[in-house]
Amino acid sequence: MMKAVETDLLVIGGGATGAGVAWDAASRGLQVVLADRGDLATGTTGRFHGLLHSGARYAVKDPRSARECAAENRILRAVAADCIEDTGGLFVSTPADDAAYADGFVAACQQAGVAATEVPVTEVLRAEPHLCPGITRAFAVPDATIDAWKTVWACARAAAAHGAAILPYQEVVRLMVEGDAVCGAVLRHARSGEEITVRARYVVNAAGAWAGRVARLAGCDVAVVAGKGVMVAMNHRLVNAVVNRCAMPGDGDILVPVRTVSVIGTTDARVEDPDRVQASADEVRAMLAAGESFIPGFTQHRALRVWAGVRPLFAATSPTSAETRDLSRGHTVIDHAAREGVGRFITIAGGKFTTFRLMAEETVDAVCADLGVRAECRTAAETLPDSEERHYYWIGARQAQAEARPVDDPLVCECELVSRQDLLVAAARRPGLDLDDLRRALRLGMGPCQGGFCMARATGLLHEAGHLDRAAANAALRDFVEERWRGIQALAWGDQLRQMRLDAWILLGVLDLEHLPE
Amino acid sequence: MTPGRLALTAVGDSLDRCIKCTVCESACPVAAVTSLFPGPKTVGPQAERFRQSQGSSPDRSVDYCSGCGVCTRVCPHGVRIAEINARARARWRGRTGVSLRDHLLARPVLTGRLGRPVAPVFNWALGQRPLRVAAERLLGVHRAAPLPRVVGRTFRYRVSRRRPPRSPDRVVYFHGCSVDYFEPWVGQMTVAILEHNGFAVDIPRQGCCGLPLQSTGLFEPARRSVRRLARSLSPAGTDGLPIIASSTSCGLMVKREAEEILGVEDARLRDVSRRTYDLFEFLAGLHRAGRLRTDFTPVPLTVAYYAPCQQRGQGIGEPAMDVLGLVPGLRILELDRSCCGIAGTYGLKREKYAIAMAVGRPLFDDIAAARPDLVACDSETCRWQIGRATGLPTVHPLELLYRAYGGAEPGSAAAGPGGQ
Repeated sequence: MMKAVETDLLVIGGGATGAGVAWDAASRGLQVVLADRGDLATGTTGRFHGLLHSGARYAVKDPRSARECAAENRILRAVAADCIEDTGGLFVSTPADDAAYADGFVAACQQAGVAATEVPVTEVLRAEPHLCPGITRAFAVPDATIDAWKTVWACARAAAAHGAAILPYQEVVRLMVEGDAVCGAVLRHARSGEEITVRARYVVNAAGAWAGRVARLAGCDVAVVAGKGVMVAMNHRLVNAVVNRCAMPGDGDILVPVRTVSVIGTTDARVEDPDRVQASADEVRAMLAAGESFIPGFTQHRALRVWAGVRPLFAATSPTSAETRDLSRGHTVIDHAAREGVGRFITIAGGKFTTFRLMAEETVDAVCADLGVRAECRTAAETLPDSEERHYYWIGARQAQAEARPVDDPLVCECELVSRQDLLVAAARRPGLDLDDLRRALRLGMGPCQGGFCMARATGLLHEAGHLDRAAANAALRDFVEERWRGIQALAWGDQLRQMRLDAWILLGVLDLEHLPE
Repeated sequence: MTPGRLALTAVGDSLDRCIKCTVCESACPVAAVTSLFPGPKTVGPQAERFRQSQGSSPDRSVDYCSGCGVCTRVCPHGVRIAEINARARARWRGRTGVSLRDHLLARPVLTGRLGRPVAPVFNWALGQRPLRVAAERLLGVHRAAPLPRVVGRTFRYRVSRRRPPRSPDRVVYFHGCSVDYFEPWVGQMTVAILEHNGFAVDIPRQGCCGLPLQSTGLFEPARRSVRRLARSLSPAGTDGLPIIASSTSCGLMVKREAEEILGVEDARLRDVSRRTYDLFEFLAGLHRAGRLRTDFTPVPLTVAYYAPCQQRGQGIGEPAMDVLGLVPGLRILELDRSCCGIAGTYGLKREKYAIAMAVGRPLFDDIAAARPDLVACDSETCRWQIGRATGLPTVHPLELLYRAYGGAEPGSAAAGPGGQ
């Protein structure tokens, strides 16, 4: 007999949008189940550069998005402060940029309600010693950086506090349709294969770049285009503020200092299958070369890791061109009852991380209207867990914590300063998790050595504490290392190559990772 | 441009080369003896990723780095660990403020000027335990820390009446504060040795190089000091002349640290830096060129020689060993230990004294086992530390060379340092 759950709202997709919808709906009093085929924030959300837009980047080209970002930036700073670092942002005119663009940029920012203030170049160069000394103008904007994993889990925890059930690793295998309405879904656990039925009065498809696939399960057609964006994380912060080139948005023109790294992004190219996205060596080279235009010597710095994410771009009709940058970054709430006669089913398509809360608000407004529930959105005023004090995160936080730690709680991950206690507490909090979940929760193995030093320690500790049996510990270690190495293969030169050699000696030479017992 | 953008970023960016191999942590003499200092990799390239390039540093443990520089020297990948740590220490001090004690220790000229007119009283006080205990309580200078005695007549006063020989070969002498106020005989012997080898020695008026200010984290006054020094050491008419330093730490400041730690980019300093030689580096060069006089008389002594950290940091090998090796009768035992613990003013501080002594312990034990007649070491603060800890006469190696050239001792060279 299959296990069955009943709920008001089933949200499919545990990225920022889905978690936001779950938080919003649960805080309005709906019973919510949130399901994702993997861990939360592992699709587009977990693979973006970490920029909390001020709106300035869209001001010239997409004023509506700019206005939305400006408003959401202010709200998220208030409700999700713990996830945000107030780095500030800069738009700089490099010698290669059209100086006249800056005037139009300032006017557009003003129009869109984005605060952009011109700053003397000498002052900017003092604060950002790596920046190209030839820049002609600079503008300060309220860009910031935001930790995607932390934000999504904060939303999920807020939703859970309002009674929501959070179900990671539950893939939708079937949408249940009765008459002309969707009434739930059958979910299958990614590891155990066990299936459960969720009967829901309403279903929201928040699967982002995968929304077309989910919609098809109900016979609906959503033309989401997956736009691939390649990002490269540099080994440390080359800038203190988010730095954008003051020019029409292009490839590799933004550098985001997020946590301990700085991420250069990005590209934009259409891909057919959002599950098969790889960054090519050419794309990496092009990205690093682009960095030279505003950070001289950029290619000489150590690139730590490369990855690609997929933007869920929504177009009424599928564009034929491979160029997707011109598609709007806006979002659309698609009511399938009006569109295809499939009731109680909404897809939230398009959008971007910065506006996830607004997207959720609009989506839940539509759900409530349809269900006849009268409840106001509360997410613009309800602070997320750990953000109650409204203190921004700061880069030195972990170092300060490490200082205060007792000597009998040694570091497991030296690069990201994760201690044994951190690891064991996180593992106990989420039974059944794997190392990759711990990575996202703790940033374990995400620093310069990419797991070379910490992974064997972590698996050993988890085995000792009874979280992983011998076979699972060995498999977890192998899988993790393989996944980490996938992200640095395209960077196998210079410092990172030296690092890979040392890691290989440790893991393959000393620990004989390739011949661990099954 | 102050501080230099490129000089600052180049050292900071060297953290990218760290692959966490841990060689520096294994070699660090401080981490080996105290858990208060987690190690150079930990507070250096590792912690640096959590620091903003401006603003304060969140970690106080970097303050326990003694600045000996062993980490930078052993790093197989070229990470400027000690330099990164020196800057982080300065940022930490910027946040906590600098104590009166550190202000005093950072200004040896001030101590010298205040102490000199009342030298007998000052020196007497150094040896009085109750006064030292009081000073420890009030100032935080450890009661047993090796402090130098002040001399009544400065080096500059002593050489002011000499009649320098004329010679087409000229050098500039960079004597530093210590020679002027604490060990004038070292300066007098340096001049005598250089003159004996046919050089006319210019001794321009000069102040502090700023090293103690730098190691205390007072970077702005340190930058001013070293810039002023660069001007002093290159007066009109001395263009292109070699500048000879008898203090290894002051030499290192001018050669490397002013640029690499303080980020000073200054054409005058760069020129002075390029022309600065450690005394024995210069003498060894003369010998290679066949110009060093070797009219030695035998010196029948057994000497334990220790090359101090700041001299090793200059990357010049051990020229004192090479030159003293030419002296007949002299038996030299090389001490292969990384640090004596004092590291400038580190070991003077109440909270660090015990660490400094523990760091130096292996060296002191080696010396005791070798039972030498004398200990020789190029750096003044190391000499004071070793002399105090071992009770053996501890001299600058140039004193042995001076003796080999037939010189009589012009001062109380082989006396131990002050302190009880």
